[in-house]
Amino acid sequence: MPCGLFFSKYEKDDAIFKTVWLKCWMTVLVVLLLTFPLFSQKFSEMLGLNVTNLLNLIFVYIIGAHGLNLLTGYTGQISLGHGAFMGVGAYTTGILANAGWPFWLALPAGGVMTAAVGMLFGIPSLRLRGLYLAIATMAAQFILDYAMRNWTSLTGGSSGLIVPSASLFGFTFDSDQSFYYLALAFAIMATMYLKNLARTRTGRAFVAVRDRYLSAEVIGVNLFKYRLMSFGISSFMVGIAGGLWAYYITIISDEHFTMWLSVQYLAMIIVGGLGHVLGGIFGAVFFVVLPELLRLPAEAATAVYPNIFGIFASLREMVFGLIVIMFLIFEPDGLAARWHTVRNYWKLWPFSY
Amino acid sequence: MAAEVKPGSMSKTAPPVNSTPFLRVDDIYLRFGGLNALSGVSFDVQQGHIQAIIGPNGAGKTCILNCICRFYQPYRGTIYFQGVDLSKVATHRVAALGIARSFQNIELFKGMTVMDNIKLGHHVHMHSGFLSGGIYLGRAKSEEMRVRKEIEERIIDLLEIEAIRKKVVGTLPYGLQKRVELARALAMKPKLLLLDEPMAGMNLEETEDMARFILDVNQEWGVTVVLIEHDMGVVMDISDNVVVLDFGTKIAQDTPLEVSKNNHVIEAYLGSDAAAHSKLGL
Ligand SMILES: Nc1ncnc2c1ncn2[C@@H]1O[C@H](COP(=O)(O)OP(=O)(O)OP(=O)(O)O)[C@@H](O)[C@H]1O
Ligand SMILES: [Mg+2]
Repeated sequence: MPCGLFFSKYEKDDAIFKTVWLKCWMTVLVVLLLTFPLFSQKFSEMLGLNVTNLLNLIFVYIIGAHGLNLLTGYTGQISLGHGAFMGVGAYTTGILANAGWPFWLALPAGGVMTAAVGMLFGIPSLRLRGLYLAIATMAAQFILDYAMRNWTSLTGGSSGLIVPSASLFGFTFDSDQSFYYLALAFAIMATMYLKNLARTRTGRAFVAVRDRYLSAEVIGVNLFKYRLMSFGISSFMVGIAGGLWAYYITIISDEHFTMWLSVQYLAMIIVGGLGHVLGGIFGAVFFVVLPELLRLPAEAATAVYPNIFGIFASLREMVFGLIVIMFLIFEPDGLAARWHTVRNYWKLWPFSY
Repeated sequence: MAAEVKPGSMSKTAPPVNSTPFLRVDDIYLRFGGLNALSGVSFDVQQGHIQAIIGPNGAGKTCILNCICRFYQPYRGTIYFQGVDLSKVATHRVAALGIARSFQNIELFKGMTVMDNIKLGHHVHMHSGFLSGGIYLGRAKSEEMRVRKEIEERIIDLLEIEAIRKKVVGTLPYGLQKRVELARALAMKPKLLLLDEPMAGMNLEETEDMARFILDVNQEWGVTVVLIEHDMGVVMDISDNVVVLDFGTKIAQDTPLEVSKNNHVIEAYLGSDAAAHSKLGL
C-alpha cells in the first residue's frame, strides 16, 4: 500500500483508548465486569442489596439513555416520549415472544417496531423545535400510554403481559446472573455503536443539525432526513432496551412506561452529560444506584422508629430530588464533562507530573 | 440524480457546455415586506474567474449569495449554475452541485474541533451511513482515514492551519475562524466558491494571507470564486471582474480598473468627495 505510513499514523490517532494506562484501566474494568457474578453474592449480602439486579437494570437503562442521548444530546431534539417508546419495544417483543418467535428475532423486531413508531411521532420535529417538540412528543407519550392501558386484547392492560425468559442457542437466561451477561453484552454494543456513530459521517451530521442547521444545509446535510433518522435510531435503541426489560422482568404492565420514565430518561442524560457517550452510562448508574443508597439509611431508621416509616420514605424522595438539583447547578455540563477534566489530569497517571 | 449535471454528460437537446455561462444570475427580484432587496439584477460569471461584488451596506450583496444557496427564493428571475435552474434544486442539494460558501458572520460548528468542521465539509463526498458508521469496520473506517489524509494534505497544508487542527473552533481567534470556514468550504471540493467578506475584521497580514489563499485556490484548483469584499485594494488586486450593486440594482459591471474610473460607482459607493477617490486608489 503506497500510503501505509500515513495510514498507521492516523489509525493510532484514531484509537479510542490512546495511552497504555488507559488501556490497562479498561482491561481491569472489563475483567471486573466479566467476573463480577462470581462474587456478586457476597457483595450483595454485604450491602443488603441485590447488586446483580441493580447492574442489570443499569445496563438496560444505559441502552435507552444512549438512544435518547443520540436524539437530544447529539441531534438537539428533545423527546418526552421515550418512556412510552420503551413500552412499545417491550410489548412488541413480549407479544412476539409469546407467539413463539425466538429471542434473536423478537428483540430486533421490537426495536424495528419502536423505530417506526418513533419516526412517526418524530415527524413534527421537521417543523418544531425545543419546547414545542417537547409538547408534541409528550402527546406521543400520552397516546401510547393510553393504548397500552386500554388495548387489553393485545397488552393485557393493567393485569400485565407475561413474557418468557430469553433463550439463545438452547441456553435460557432466567437468573439474575445469566441475564447479567446478556444485558452487559447489549450495553457494550450500544455504547460502541454510539461512540462509532458519533465519530463518523452520520454522527457529525447530527451535531451539525443540532448546532447550526442553516450551515448544515449549505454543506449538503439533508435536515429532514437526519432529523427523522435520529428519531428512528434513537427509538430503535430504546425499543431494544424495552425488549430486554420484558425478557428480564418477565411480566410487563403499562405502569412501567409512564411519563415518569420519560422524564427519568431525560434527567439521566442531563445529569450524565448531553452529547457525551459517557453521559448515558453515568446517568443510568446515577439514577439506579442513588435511590437504592438512599433507601438503606431510610430502612435503617425505620427499623428504629417503625411508626414514622412514611416520613423517611418521603424524605428519601426529597433528598433524591435535591441531589439532582444540586448536580444540575454545580455540574451543568453533566458528569461526563467533569469526568473528562479529571481524566485529562490523570491521563498519564502515575506519571502525571 | 437529475441534479448532478456533469460537463459533457448532457443530452443533445441541451446547449453545448461551453456556450452556457458558468453561473448566470438572470433578472432576479427579491422582496422583504415593503423593501425591495434586489430588483432586476443580472450578471454572468465566467468559469475560472474571481468575480467581485461590491456595493455600500445594505446594497443586497449577501442577498444574492443567499439566493444562489437557496436560502431565499427570488419572486422573479432565475439563477442558472452550469445550465441547471437552481430554483428547482433543494437547498441541501446545492452542495452536491459543487457550490460552497462562507458566511459574513462566521457559521462554523463552534463546539467541534477544526478537523471535524472540515470533515463536515466532506459530507456529500462520503458514504458511510448509520449502520456502517456505527459498526466502524472496513469501509467506514477506511473512509474516515482516507478523508482525514486528504484533508491534512490538501487543505490543512494549503491554509497553514496544522497547529490548530485539533482545537475546538469556538476557542480560536476571529481571523483563524474565518480561515477554518474557508477550509470547510474547500473540503466540499467546490466548482464555485462564494465568499462573503472573507477579510472583514482582519489585520493587514491576515488579509494578505487570505488573498493569497483565494488566489491559490482559484489558480491551482481552478475554482471559480464569487467574492464580496469591502476592501477595495483586495478587489483591485485579485478580481477579474467586478459587479457593483446599489439599492438592489446593478449599477456597473466591468474590469476592476474600469469600475474604479466609473463616475456612477464612485458616487454611489463612496460619495463624491475627494476622500473617496483616494480610497479607490485614484
Ligand atoms: N432576512 C431578511 N429579512 C428582512 N430584510 C432583509 C433580510 N435579509 C436582508 N434584508 C435586507 O435586504 C437588504 C440587503 O441586505 P444584504 O444583507 O444583502 O446587504 P449587503 O449588501 O450584504 O450589506 P452588508 O455590506 O452590510 O453586508 C438590507 O436592507 C437588509 O436589511
Ligand atoms: Mg452582507
